[in-house]
Amino acid sequence: MAIATQAGAEGRRPYLRVAGLEKRFGSFTALSGIDLTIQEGEFVCFLGPSGCGKTTLLRAIAGLDPQTGGQIIQAGRDISRLPPAQRDYGIVFQSYALFPNLTVAENVGYGLVNRRMKRPAIAARVQELLAMIGLPDSGPKYPAQLSGGQQQRVALARALATSPGLLLLDEPLSALDARVRLRLRGEIKELQRRLGVTTIMVTHDQEEAISVADRIVVMNHGHIEQVDTPDAIYRTPASLFVAGFVGTMNFLTGTKSDPGRVRLGALDFRVAEDALERGAACTICARPEDFIIRNVGRDTPNAFEATIAATEFLGPVVRARLHIPTLPAMPVVADFSLNAVTDLGLASGRAITVALPPDRLRLFPGAPA
Amino acid sequence: MTVLAEGGRRPGIDRDAWVMRAGVAGIALALFLAILLPLWSILSKSFEDRSGAFVGLANYVRFFATPSLADSILNSLFVAGMTTLLVVPLAFVYAYALTRTCVPGKKLLAGIALVPILSPSMLPAIALVYLFGNQGMIRGLLLGETIYGPIGIVMGQVFYCFPHAVLILTTALSLADARLYEAAQSLGTNRRRVFFTVTLPSAKYGLASASFVVFTLVMTDFGIPVVIGGRFNVLATDVYKQVMGQQNFQMGAVVAVILVIPALASFVVDRLVQRRQVALLGARSVPLIPQPQAGRDRAMLAFCAAVGFVILGILGTAIFASLVKLWPYNLSLGFANYIFDDYDADGWRSYWNSLKMAAATAIIGTAVVFTGAYLVEKGKGAGRQVVHLMAMVPLAVPGLVLGLAYVFFFNAPGNPLGFLYGTMALLVICTIAHFYTVAHLTATTALKQLDPEFEAVSASLQVPFWRTFLKVTVPVCLPAIINIAIYLFVNAMTTVSAVIFIYTAQTKLASVAIVNMNDSGAIAAAAAMAVVVTATSATVKLAETLVSGVLLRRTQRWRAR
Ligand SMILES: Nc1ncnc2c1ncn2[C@@H]1O[C@H](COP(=O)(O)OP(=O)(O)OP(=O)(O)O)[C@@H](O)[C@H]1O
Ligand SMILES: [Mg+2]
Repeated sequence: MAIATQAGAEGRRPYLRVAGLEKRFGSFTALSGIDLTIQEGEFVCFLGPSGCGKTTLLRAIAGLDPQTGGQIIQAGRDISRLPPAQRDYGIVFQSYALFPNLTVAENVGYGLVNRRMKRPAIAARVQELLAMIGLPDSGPKYPAQLSGGQQQRVALARALATSPGLLLLDEPLSALDARVRLRLRGEIKELQRRLGVTTIMVTHDQEEAISVADRIVVMNHGHIEQVDTPDAIYRTPASLFVAGFVGTMNFLTGTKSDPGRVRLGALDFRVAEDALERGAACTICARPEDFIIRNVGRDTPNAFEATIAATEFLGPVVRARLHIPTLPAMPVVADFSLNAVTDLGLASGRAITVALPPDRLRLFPGAPA
Repeated sequence: MTVLAEGGRRPGIDRDAWVMRAGVAGIALALFLAILLPLWSILSKSFEDRSGAFVGLANYVRFFATPSLADSILNSLFVAGMTTLLVVPLAFVYAYALTRTCVPGKKLLAGIALVPILSPSMLPAIALVYLFGNQGMIRGLLLGETIYGPIGIVMGQVFYCFPHAVLILTTALSLADARLYEAAQSLGTNRRRVFFTVTLPSAKYGLASASFVVFTLVMTDFGIPVVIGGRFNVLATDVYKQVMGQQNFQMGAVVAVILVIPALASFVVDRLVQRRQVALLGARSVPLIPQPQAGRDRAMLAFCAAVGFVILGILGTAIFASLVKLWPYNLSLGFANYIFDDYDADGWRSYWNSLKMAAATAIIGTAVVFTGAYLVEKGKGAGRQVVHLMAMVPLAVPGLVLGLAYVFFFNAPGNPLGFLYGTMALLVICTIAHFYTVAHLTATTALKQLDPEFEAVSASLQVPFWRTFLKVTVPVCLPAIINIAIYLFVNAMTTVSAVIFIYTAQTKLASVAIVNMNDSGAIAAAAAMAVVVTATSATVKLAETLVSGVLLRRTQRWRAR
């Protein structure tokens, strides 16, 4: 399932390997058959709907809620059975869990104090970390005197203070408002790149995952659906679930006919990939931006007539809801550039001819859930 | 896959987890020895004859067949029922005034309502003797009835139980959702109807809980009937008489087991009520802020002032009684009654014993309770639930029963813990056990408010959990810790029911001295000792308010934004 890595992590050595991991709570299986390899210095996001087991997997890696089966190997060391204190990671929780009665400096230096470091060395390291997160003067303050975003950065500095080999982040941004979240995710990514620390971030915000991750682990119902670069996840989703979960997707359900062809109601679609048997129920996935409207002629593959039912202005593009007379039961959305809208006078009620290039389409067996 | 330990750390040994497990096991063992085993020994004693042979229900049959003993049950039920009927409505109105009206001086009124908690229960009884006794100041008000008996017991119990009921009902009434009232008002409901359709139903759990608590307090209190009961026997004094007077341990055990029944019922109701009450006030409720209403506020103030006057009047009577040279013949005032050596062989020593015992209970008890609650709340392993359950048991065990259980258990021949019998240490252990539940719940509530990930964070930073416990958990919970310590101290100072069975000549306590001096007719000295105890509790309580103000400002600076 995991398609070859394409991003910068290539050629590096594997840092964390999770093999056959399983976690059960009583009779409920929260994770099963988790296999995952993370390269050194990679930034990986666990993405999935609520309750799919992201936090459970992260906490198993941290040793906080040990798995019920399987293995975890970090930097060549089998840590499967090690208590948290003997593993090598820093962690930031959604709540930050800053110690409220300790100053920012004491929080950041918390893990340094019992490492036989000299006081001046600790102070210097704390100052360095505070400067790194852009809060050089906040050392004497208490956490309650900081904004949410600042608290988040202090928690990050505390987790990084001991220079751990692995940084774990459980929805670190979800308690913040949208604007701060946007800024901070950039900062986290930048910091991670600078320090080169292998990082796993849990999120259920796909946009966040796409913007920061080298690779995304898409999870559903306690198992991994796909591990890939954001680009590949978006362009070549490995399953109907991934196709529907990441970005906007049109699902066209039909029946497999001749090789390279799918029957959609009265339409006959050409598709690039073809591993299904004749007569099998299948679904074609198409992104809204893959519709072409200029230079569509009779001989253009997968061309069909439609009426614009409604339009929605999204800035650079206009999203149109299309009514396809030959496929009345399948509402479809298509994005058209503002240029095309102006040039062609696209508006509600217009009848148009559009096409979906076969090489952009993904074909899956079955129908979406 | 090769197992490679890096950085010289030994893999596989989770030191933190083992220390926590050991801690949980230690607390579990302590509670088992200090609560469950003694209770078991009293239960089994009630099924044995004098020689220790099992006789089934024979003792119980004999108990119900003895008219005087069976009468005590009816007597106990009667005074408990009467007291409940009187206290709960009074406390409800008082609590209503404090929470739902705009009476002036709420802090002061709330403080006055709590005054009886600072006294041993003998104090109101002694004061009542001075007011309504054979030579009482206002005994005409009784229209010829005697104060020695049910009337005196009920009056004393009303005083003694009032603060407990007010506390419960204040909590119940402050959990009001303003939106319910706004809804009722917008529908044009009149005030009377609002009271009966919104206020009363929302307080019904509190009322149930207060009724059961008061009922149990009266059933199991020993100090008031022993002073003012006269020939009116109740269960609590029966236990004492059977055991101390007639050395009939088996019958004492039977009465004790019977005494547990109302306490157990009250405990179960209280637990149910607590669960309901939390659900009653959702996170989205809007707290009700009372609006001024001149007529009602004035009436409420008059009521509260009258109640406050009676409370302070009873306390004042006790103080007056302790200062008068020889009531009613020599009314000159002085401190002669405070020279306890003239009335009791132990003199002031029992007071110092009490002080020592209360201090040790507060210090050791707070440390044990808080650590135990921490391990239950943040630890791992199945033992935690066991500790939590055992911590709940003392709330359902009256002090008399616990004290007697300690006699049976620690005095039993062959018990390796027998060396504790007769020591101050045993008094401390017994008192901590007696008041364990409330202290445990206070600690648990405080700990639940901490971020659950503190331990995970310190583990990830390879800081042992006990360091975080000392550096973060304890300082953050300091207000609750002080609360627990004061609660244990005040109760240890005033309690009589459990310790009366296990004190010795060397470890006699002030509360026991009060009972003894009263028994021997030195009622003024008994009043004086009760006043000294009350003054001590009050001083500690006041010191708490002052010191914790300063201390908290110093140590809780981080709370400020
Ligand atoms: N201690 C537990 N006992 C029983 N079930 C649990 C426990 N912890 C988690 N689960 C269950 O395991 C599943 C996965 O939970 P998890 O917290 O990992 O989800 P998540 O992907 O992090 O979701 P979210 O995005 O809501 O944080 C859920 O169905 C949850 O109910
Ligand atoms: Mg989660």
